Amino acid sequence: MELALNAPHPLFKRLSWFDWLFAALVTAGGLFALSRYGDYMDIYEKAILLAMIPALSAFGWFWKPMRVLVIVITLVSLFAIGQYQGDLARMEQAFFLKYLISSQAAIMWMCALFGLATLAYWGGMLSRSEFTLRTASALTWCAVAMGFIGLMVRWYESYLIGADVGHIPVSNLYEVFVLFCLITAMMYLYYEARYQTRQLGALVLLVISAAVGFILWYTFDKGAHEIQPLVPALKSWWMKLHVPANFIGYGAFSLSAMLGVGYLLSARGILASRLPRPDIIDDMMYKAIAIGFVFFTIATILGAMWAAEAWGGYWSWDPKETWALIVWLNYAAWLHIRLVKGLRGPMLAWWAVIGLFVTTFAFLGVNMFLSGLHSYGTL
Amino acid sequence: MKQPAPHTFGRALFELLSSMRFAISLLSILAVASIIGTVLKQAEPYNNYLIQLGSFWFAVYEKLGLYDVYHAAWFLLILVFLVASTSVCITRNAPNFAREMKSFREHVSEQSLAAFKHQHSVTTGHAPDALAASAQRYLEGQGYKVKNLPHEDGVLLAAKAGSWNRLGYFLAHSAIVLICIGGLMDGNLVFKAQQLLGLKKIETRDIPQSQVPAISRLTPANLSFRGSVQIPEGSSADVAFLNVADGYLVQDLPFTVGLKQFRIEHYTTGQPKSFESDLELFDKSGKRIRTATIAVNHPLIHDGIAIYQASFADGGTRLSLQGWNLFAPGVTPFAVQGAVYQNTALTSSAGDYTLEFTDFRPFNIENMGGDIVPPAGDTMSVLGGSPVSDKKHLRNVGPSFQYKLRDARGQAREFSNYMLPLELDGRWYMMSGVRESPNEAFRYMRMPLDANGSLDSFMRLRGALLNVELRPEIAARFARQALPQNAWGSAIEDKLKFSATQVLALFAEGGFQALGKFIEAKVPAAEREKAAGTYLRILELSAFEALRLAHQQAGGAAPKADDATGWLVRDSLNSLSDLFVYGSPVYLQLMQFDEVKASGLQLTRSPGKNVVYFGSLLLTLGVFFMLFVRERRVWLRIKPGHALLAMSSAKQTIDFEKEFAQHASALDSLARPTAATAS
Repeated sequence: MELALNAPHPLFKRLSWFDWLFAALVTAGGLFALSRYGDYMDIYEKAILLAMIPALSAFGWFWKPMRVLVIVITLVSLFAIGQYQGDLARMEQAFFLKYLISSQAAIMWMCALFGLATLAYWGGMLSRSEFTLRTASALTWCAVAMGFIGLMVRWYESYLIGADVGHIPVSNLYEVFVLFCLITAMMYLYYEARYQTRQLGALVLLVISAAVGFILWYTFDKGAHEIQPLVPALKSWWMKLHVPANFIGYGAFSLSAMLGVGYLLSARGILASRLPRPDIIDDMMYKAIAIGFVFFTIATILGAMWAAEAWGGYWSWDPKETWALIVWLNYAAWLHIRLVKGLRGPMLAWWAVIGLFVTTFAFLGVNMFLSGLHSYGTL
Repeated sequence: MKQPAPHTFGRALFELLSSMRFAISLLSILAVASIIGTVLKQAEPYNNYLIQLGSFWFAVYEKLGLYDVYHAAWFLLILVFLVASTSVCITRNAPNFAREMKSFREHVSEQSLAAFKHQHSVTTGHAPDALAASAQRYLEGQGYKVKNLPHEDGVLLAAKAGSWNRLGYFLAHSAIVLICIGGLMDGNLVFKAQQLLGLKKIETRDIPQSQVPAISRLTPANLSFRGSVQIPEGSSADVAFLNVADGYLVQDLPFTVGLKQFRIEHYTTGQPKSFESDLELFDKSGKRIRTATIAVNHPLIHDGIAIYQASFADGGTRLSLQGWNLFAPGVTPFAVQGAVYQNTALTSSAGDYTLEFTDFRPFNIENMGGDIVPPAGDTMSVLGGSPVSDKKHLRNVGPSFQYKLRDARGQAREFSNYMLPLELDGRWYMMSGVRESPNEAFRYMRMPLDANGSLDSFMRLRGALLNVELRPEIAARFARQALPQNAWGSAIEDKLKFSATQVLALFAEGGFQALGKFIEAKVPAAEREKAAGTYLRILELSAFEALRLAHQQAGGAAPKADDATGWLVRDSLNSLSDLFVYGSPVYLQLMQFDEVKASGLQLTRSPGKNVVYFGSLLLTLGVFFMLFVRERRVWLRIKPGHALLAMSSAKQTIDFEKEFAQHASALDSLARPTAATAS
């Protein structure tokens, strides 16, 4: 137990050579992008790019698997971009692009892998097979990698369509649904490793599978995977911050709802021997809501600041804004009850589950049933 | 939470406002109240609500302020309660929390430490001071602030970490108060008060802004407003309009905004890419003080007033038109001049009308491809499927203009005419849409173009068919054409002539409908279909003769007896028949236009914005500290030969349990004889 006695080493001494290599690669990549494309960016976009360098490095140091993930995504995306040779038609001709890593192919692979991972998590949980569960985790990691590759390549493809069409792929419902799957899966993978429990994957992957189902319907029925140019209101650097922050919130809230389901099942003795103890699930649920709440707060504030620039006021009581407030109030109340009253148990788990419906309405329902300024994704 | 029963009303109010239950209830009420405004469309014209709700519920909803929920008195009251509750909560907790943040709770007794849920005792051979020193080093290494308190029989180490959690509470809750205050600063409280006192009144009349009286005007000194104004190119404005309830207010601006030019850029697919306005600002003396280009997402901020690109519209485009009297035999068009938003008197064969030009669109993107072809079902091709937009079926069909035609009784129909012909099923038509009310979609009448791409053939045929004097000649030509030469002059020819004259007269009176009615009235049911076929044939052939005659009279070339002419005649007959339901005695064709655009600007002065932003910053920091900084306290009471570790935290999470276990085992190591020498 000597270790327990020692004060933790300062951060920089704890980093391995791989950490430094990762940071060096991220820095080199960021600076290269800045030097090559800086002329096309405004000052804010440059600032975002530069801020991403320390942010991504630190994230890689904090959560080690990120380093490998980022490197894999970068290499495969660069390979895909190379395959294009600057010609969009190569999408149908080059073997790798056609079947694997054009944006649409990669996203379809992501969907397939998430589907397989869901089956594997259920199989592993029901048969208590650690190997199957490990396979499920691996499949989820692969799905995340494919999804990010799909988004990266899509980003590039949008510029091949036209220099004025190109934009970061977080601009419509199709793209953010992919983002939602990825963020929810990554948050789950983080907690899976942190709590050393893979059984909850079966539940969490259900909500991701539902999103995948939506993506497939949206693609095949509505042709929503087509890259569209941005409407003038979305042409802003704020989009790069506001949308991802929001989806960290949505992802975390969805995760917490599925953990809530897990808690309720476990507390009622259903699958109890196969699921972690309720108090562990409860702790994960709290952490998910806490992180979701922070990012949702930031996202809503960023949204307000963007609205002040685009719509002429930081708050217009637009349906989307109002529902964001309702979601925020909902989880604010949840946290008050939990932190101040110290309440635990089924009540909060039920509340987290119901929170998913409120969140889903804010995310999807508003676009479907209510009209307003924020109508960027219609069904 | 256990308090003695409150004695006074003030005390009771204080208790209520600062209670957790009240705060949670407020959050829930606010959430539910907010939903109303997302379900019921806000700030629509009151007439829409009246139609939607009926007069009884309209009045009830109006009383409840549901048409502008977020500015209703009761809604503001909820917000005021939220501010009050949060403020009281802060004042109630502030002294305690501040003390807690500073305090090490060094007066804790040994007995109470022993009663802690998380406590761990060890025996040790170390001197109390030595163990205290090493434990202090350890705790400081773990991020604790440690206070060393010598007692007569040893040492008490009181340590704390994560005090910022309490700071987070202050930040987050003051932030809510700040944000609400900022929001109220930008709200309409001042106006509401003025309205209550009778100092200001909403203007509901549709009058030029210069005639709006001072009681409905706000001075440039007004601290906060959010209004809009539409400026045509080449014009300027020194006011903005604020929509309030079922009327408006005029906000006088401290400067004049002029619009030099408004531009729309498009992507190659036709979707709009950018909206930009070139603005000039003038001071009150007319001196130009600033020029700037604004675009969506790029407002101009001048003198604390932000100017946004909000919308665009027509700014009074000048139109040169030619019109045809549809129900007169004449075929020469007359000229009409007009401009959007202006009225022109129109005298036609059917009486006097007022033409009210309402809109002009320089381009119209229409879906001309029919059904969208779904992507192929083959999975592989979808995997490699192109995410590239296929917008081949979208096409710009050119300019269009809209107008209302109001008759002497004040009844109006609305028309929308395209300037350029449209291709449908391989043939070209001029399109004119008509509707009776703004809620309807336009129904289109299409008039065929001839081989020269002009309406001349259609108009000549129309003129000839309407001309009673030509009818005998048309019937005669038809009969001659229909009969072999040896039957000319026979009784059959007379019969044919008679039928043709009759059919032509019926058609000229009411189109196919009149023919149908005639057949229904005169022909037995069993023979109707056959008779209809015959009449139709007679009509088409007569119409062809009419066209020939009309061309001859106009000195044009005779029409060829081919398919194209056949279609031209059929299409013409169809649209002639439609004329009877078209509802206008004239057709107006746009010949030339001189476009003037207008830019819709939004002007905002919001002094509360920075307060809200500052509050948001505090909120973010506060929430972060509250959720991610865990407040923990550790005590280590060391006596000769014995040490007691106790730990507490407001939130007993799994992390806390882990940390306690770690500290306990650290103490075990420190208490062991070897560990002391090692460290």
